[in-house]
Amino acid sequence: MAKQPIVNKLNLTKDDYQGRTTTLCPGCGHNSISNQIVQTAFDLSIPQHNLLKMSGIGCSSKSPAYFLGRSHGFNALHGRMPSVVTGALMANHSLRAVAVSGDGDTGSIGMGQFKHVIRRNVPFVYIIENNGVYGLTKGQFSATAEEGLELKYYGKNPFPEIDLAMEAIISGATFVARSFSGDKNQVQSLLEAALAHKGTAILDIISPCVTFNNDDDSQHSFKYGVKHNIPLHEIQVVNPYLVEEQDEIEVEQSEGEVIEVQMHDGSYIRLKSVDRDYDPRNKGQAMSTIIDAQRDELFLTGLLYYEEPRPTLPEIENLVETPLANLDDTLSRPSKDKLDAVMKTFM
Amino acid sequence: MAVNAPMEKKNASSSDPIINDFAFSVATQNGSGSQTSNTVLVRTLFNMGIPVNGKNLFPSNIKGLPTWYTIRASKDGYVARRATTEIIVAYNQDTVTEDIQNTPEGGVVIYRDDLKIPPERDDVVYYPVPVRNLMKEADVPRAFKARVENMTYVGVVAQLFDLDMDVVWRSLLDQFGGKEKPAKMNMDVIHLAADWAADNLVKSDPYRFEAMNETEGKILITGNEAAALGSIFGGVHFVAWYPITPSTSVVDAVNKYKALRRTDDGENTVAVVQAEDELAAAGMIIGAGFAGARSMTATSGPGISLMSEFVGLAYQAEIPCVFWNIVRMGPSTGLPTRTSQGDLLSTHFLGHGDSRQIVLLPSNPEEAFEFGWRAFDVAEQMQMPVFVNSDLDLGMNNWMADPFDYPDEPMKRGKTLNAETLAQFIEEHGTWGRYMDVDGDGVGYRTIPGTDHPRAAYFARGTGHNEMAVYTERSDDWIKNMTRLALKLETVKKYIPADVIDYDESKSIGLISFGTNDPAIQEARDLLSANGVETNYLRVRAVPLLDTVKDFAFKHDTVYVIENNFDGQLHQIMKLEYSEDMTHIHPLTLGDGLPMTARWIVDSINAKEAE
Repeated sequence: MAKQPIVNKLNLTKDDYQGRTTTLCPGCGHNSISNQIVQTAFDLSIPQHNLLKMSGIGCSSKSPAYFLGRSHGFNALHGRMPSVVTGALMANHSLRAVAVSGDGDTGSIGMGQFKHVIRRNVPFVYIIENNGVYGLTKGQFSATAEEGLELKYYGKNPFPEIDLAMEAIISGATFVARSFSGDKNQVQSLLEAALAHKGTAILDIISPCVTFNNDDDSQHSFKYGVKHNIPLHEIQVVNPYLVEEQDEIEVEQSEGEVIEVQMHDGSYIRLKSVDRDYDPRNKGQAMSTIIDAQRDELFLTGLLYYEEPRPTLPEIENLVETPLANLDDTLSRPSKDKLDAVMKTFM
Repeated sequence: MAVNAPMEKKNASSSDPIINDFAFSVATQNGSGSQTSNTVLVRTLFNMGIPVNGKNLFPSNIKGLPTWYTIRASKDGYVARRATTEIIVAYNQDTVTEDIQNTPEGGVVIYRDDLKIPPERDDVVYYPVPVRNLMKEADVPRAFKARVENMTYVGVVAQLFDLDMDVVWRSLLDQFGGKEKPAKMNMDVIHLAADWAADNLVKSDPYRFEAMNETEGKILITGNEAAALGSIFGGVHFVAWYPITPSTSVVDAVNKYKALRRTDDGENTVAVVQAEDELAAAGMIIGAGFAGARSMTATSGPGISLMSEFVGLAYQAEIPCVFWNIVRMGPSTGLPTRTSQGDLLSTHFLGHGDSRQIVLLPSNPEEAFEFGWRAFDVAEQMQMPVFVNSDLDLGMNNWMADPFDYPDEPMKRGKTLNAETLAQFIEEHGTWGRYMDVDGDGVGYRTIPGTDHPRAAYFARGTGHNEMAVYTERSDDWIKNMTRLALKLETVKKYIPADVIDYDESKSIGLISFGTNDPAIQEARDLLSANGVETNYLRVRAVPLLDTVKDFAFKHDTVYVIENNFDGQLHQIMKLEYSEDMTHIHPLTLGDGLPMTARWIVDSINAKEAE
């Protein structure tokens, strides 16, 4: 007898959540993030047809082809993924979206759309696979590369880096996290929390480029991440809907201050401080912590900032419950009487 | 900028009354509130049953620069702009000299008496208006005085040329959306000026208005309002836009009329998002089109340029979406408040690489409405972007039109599979691929996100893909896809609006044109015919060009392709399409920023024919 494969609540195997074979470099941090997306979607039994996977252009933006093969996807333009997500979710606000961008895609050409999609609070998970370097065009500095970084073909970076988590907070993001592609558990927990968030959730994940920016002392390298990653807290997402009735919700009991954040879908995030008191609900503290970390070259990860989300764009637009894409023709075309009445006003 | 052309001779003396067949220019400063006065004049003539048009020739400026508004009344129903206007209302010191100079012999100058005017001509009639004194007398709160002083010329015009005061009041009330208080404040000034004119001016010109019955059942509407209504009745679900003249009022009108689509619970079935720029606006409507909604934007040339990369993506990924291009004069910022037909080539060939876009070309409000709803049917059936090139003249000016016909066909959503029909498709064809052409028309079957079937998903992309929507860089896959897209462009011809053709085989001269030149061409044909020059006429309503254009072009001895752009862009598309000798087909091009006149067409054709 062959061993029964493990299935989730939808009776699907993890394989059912895979995409096509990756064409990124072996060892690329982005592949690891793709794997965590697959794992999380499988664990949460997410129906793939209700999830969109979106991206811009770049190495990172290729990756949606490599996960969730049963989800519709859209590989859009360089830096313009946010606008395409906005339109797609306005057309169908019952969908969820996981979008992948890179530091070039978001931090340079797409900075405007990045900030404006946050400002409008379009509800989706916005992952930045951040490696500080342009890969497909062979190793130019990106805007998130640290000042003084030396790269093979482009010398020394003379410009200060842009911190995308800081930019997100300034733009009004209500969920901002930083992680490291090598920290599977943290990436999965943050993904799970982000998926439960009713607003734009920004995940800035340092994801090493093994080909162009992986020297040990580069702040985007794998070794640097492993050595310097300082989690601000342990993160656990507790989702009562995913727990079988007979199961008990297990919450780790250990030392350290615990903050619980209730999410709109009924789940909550438990954050247990590691070795510093950090309350991500304090915007001032979040920003000063990022500034201090930058100055002291500390690689702090975790949920950097959280606030109760503002209304989402579909809510602000007061849309009907039925997704616009699925509306009956009768709701899409007013009657002849209405046209005739309008015509009278022009007579 | 002079808007009056050199004078045309008028063989009238004050003893022959000229009724309902003359034109006005109103020269004011931008931002002085003259738009309200001018609209009231246009509405009054319309409500008196007199065929009329009003053209706002305005500067790119909020306040202070010269602006002209021309109003033409035509008992014969000609609604093209006239370059020569018999009556000038001169309310702007900066242009008064030029305005008076351009007034034709036998014309009329109505001017503010505090303007410095050049020495009086003896071949025109002058009527000074004591605007300051009248406004001193007027019972208008100080804060409003500047805003309503232009009503003084409405009063003088009403008195001198016999406007029906009851109709003026009705038009004013309409203008203020039925609000009596502001309407009355304006009406008081009109009465004051009219009474003053009755007591102090001696009528010594031949021009007057007389009520007719020629506008009964007609509407007066801008093309942008028509476009918005067409979109609302075409089932638009999502609009993303970035403000740009002259397209802004399309979206303003969508916002107004989306109330027609609200549910009983007050919820919206149309979402409108003001984007951060035109790139984002294009991205949003493409996202919405991909996800199954009817989506559109409205913009103008500079915005179209910014959208070009996204349009290439929509073409390549085959996403339905609608772009209204209310064309203004370019290149670059150009003349942002002047009309043009200069975007035909850039829109048709928008995007890099080999691609051609569908461009619909409305001529009048009726077509702006019809193409408004039809554009979505074409976009969804052809799974591609559809452009509608209107222009500033159609978009922002009031046009007389017939009330719009309710769409005579149900909405056509194209080849979209749901879970059930996808299963049938797979059973029938063994598999499903987004870009498989099983019908032989170049158009595949699409699925939209949310379709609950394990095989429904695909990855939309601008990169090379095979018929299964899988990434490929193989040359044979690329050629196969391009060949299918070429086939699709042929299929498109069955779905776009047919040309409008007036043909009689006895005539050897053919005119070809598109868009808002139509009223001027119709008038020009009558004028030419009166002089024994008979013409046939084909009006192109969409590109890619239909075979009917070629057929028409090659069965005449002489063809004139009449365009309001400098380069003769429609003519260039014809040259690109036809390998035959085209020496008998002549471009007649203008592109001066103003709506075309019949006089220009007649003179140009006469000059060519005399060669």
